[in-house]
Amino acid sequence: MSRPQLKKFIKPKHISDYPVIPCYEAGHLVTENSGWRTEKPIIEREKCSGCFNCYLFCPEGVIFKQEKIVAIDYAFCKGCGICARICLRKAIKMVREG
Amino acid sequence: MKMGRRAFLSGNEAVAEGVRLAAPHVIPIYPITPQTVVVERLAEMVEDGSLKSEFMHMESEHSALSACMGASSIGARTFTATSSQGLLYMAECLYYASGGRFPIVMMNANRALALPWNIYGDQQDSLALLDSGWIQIYVEDAQESLDMVIQSYAIAENMKVLTPVMLNLDGFILTHTYELVEIPSKEDVLGFLPSYETPYKMDLENPKNMGFSCSPADYTEFKYRQHKAVLDAKDVIKKVSDSFKDSFGRSYGGLVDAYRCDDAELIVISLGSATGTCRTVVDDLRKEGWLVGVLKIRFMRPFPEDEINEITQNAKAVAVIDRDISFGYEGTVFTNVNSALAKSKTNIMKMNFIAGLGGRDISKESIRELFSDLKEGLDGKPKERVKFLSLGVDID
Repeated sequence: MSRPQLKKFIKPKHISDYPVIPCYEAGHLVTENSGWRTEKPIIEREKCSGCFNCYLFCPEGVIFKQEKIVAIDYAFCKGCGICARICLRKAIKMVREG
Repeated sequence: MKMGRRAFLSGNEAVAEGVRLAAPHVIPIYPITPQTVVVERLAEMVEDGSLKSEFMHMESEHSALSACMGASSIGARTFTATSSQGLLYMAECLYYASGGRFPIVMMNANRALALPWNIYGDQQDSLALLDSGWIQIYVEDAQESLDMVIQSYAIAENMKVLTPVMLNLDGFILTHTYELVEIPSKEDVLGFLPSYETPYKMDLENPKNMGFSCSPADYTEFKYRQHKAVLDAKDVIKKVSDSFKDSFGRSYGGLVDAYRCDDAELIVISLGSATGTCRTVVDDLRKEGWLVGVLKIRFMRPFPEDEINEITQNAKAVAVIDRDISFGYEGTVFTNVNSALAKSKTNIMKMNFIAGLGGRDISKESIRELFSDLKEGLDGKPKERVKFLSLGVDID
């Protein structure tokens, strides 16, 4: 459950700095998606059993295990709310942002 | 060089023999008249074990080309074939494949487009997709069809090119006409065409993000690289043509093939199977004292503008035969030739002849008529810029 590291984007100066074809090393993330969000998932620790059902369902792969408990990588969470909907214990609340 | 074997083959069968020699890993394909025989022969070759390919019976042309891209993205050599409505149904995937730089080779049997419904030959289908980013080859006979399947892979898979190739055969006239064809030996083809190796593929050891999206900040640069790759293909095409000649003794002249053009005053420019008829008429007219020649365009993309300018530099008039029409303007081959000639200093007369639509014969008489029109035009008689040859009725 390692998290992707944000890499610094270096603006190409020469055409040869671009990939030859639209294909590049996997996981080369240069931008975050947190700006897409209008609502943010918040985990209520006392309700969470640590079943990691939300990890299985998250379409963005931003839920991970941190010291045995559920954690969310807010830099890449788009705020879709699927985790809150599927949580069997209703341990995730969507909270309005901005 | 080992001796090949000789066989009596149709254009479709010659393509299938070329594919057997190139041995693609994956063949996702969907049948359509007049390409169906290619599908049948390849299926038989896979069945009898002489072609060790994964043969995929697809549910549509759109899916066939999509499956080619999937296979190509893990580094597989792929082949498919289509025609007419099927090619148009693939249209979305054609751009996807060229933008993704997948070196797919596809045979297209040139056939008219509906409506009216018509299964016979013309080049409206492939010329409608001239801008799809594919290299486009037009061949004239069964031998050239077989040889160009093999050359197509050498061109497409070249690291400077990495662009899919569409190999066009005139429907029925070429796909269904039987000729004596030399089939090269497997050993010779292996020596000419090494197996496809690419660093741009999905790989568990070296994971890649393939076919990503791109914002306005970078999209143009990818399109520039794609354009440059097709331009760079010109050199690769010539080198492949030369090395093919060294290996197999046959040459088709690279981007174009000029016949009796050196001292010609009147030159007809043609694609595909109509070229043979043009040569016969040129020979006949030469005996009557006319200075005439024929220039066959073998590649519509990349477009051989330098070659066209060089070969027509001493001509007084050129006629372009189009087996297509861009409704409301002129034939697409003519538009391209005109643009090339505009770059040269010569003030050459140019006329466009729309012919052979929906399988109508391009006869010797109609080629003679075309040369007469050129001559009369040079003598000052007013002529239409775009003329439909062999119309069966009066239009005045």
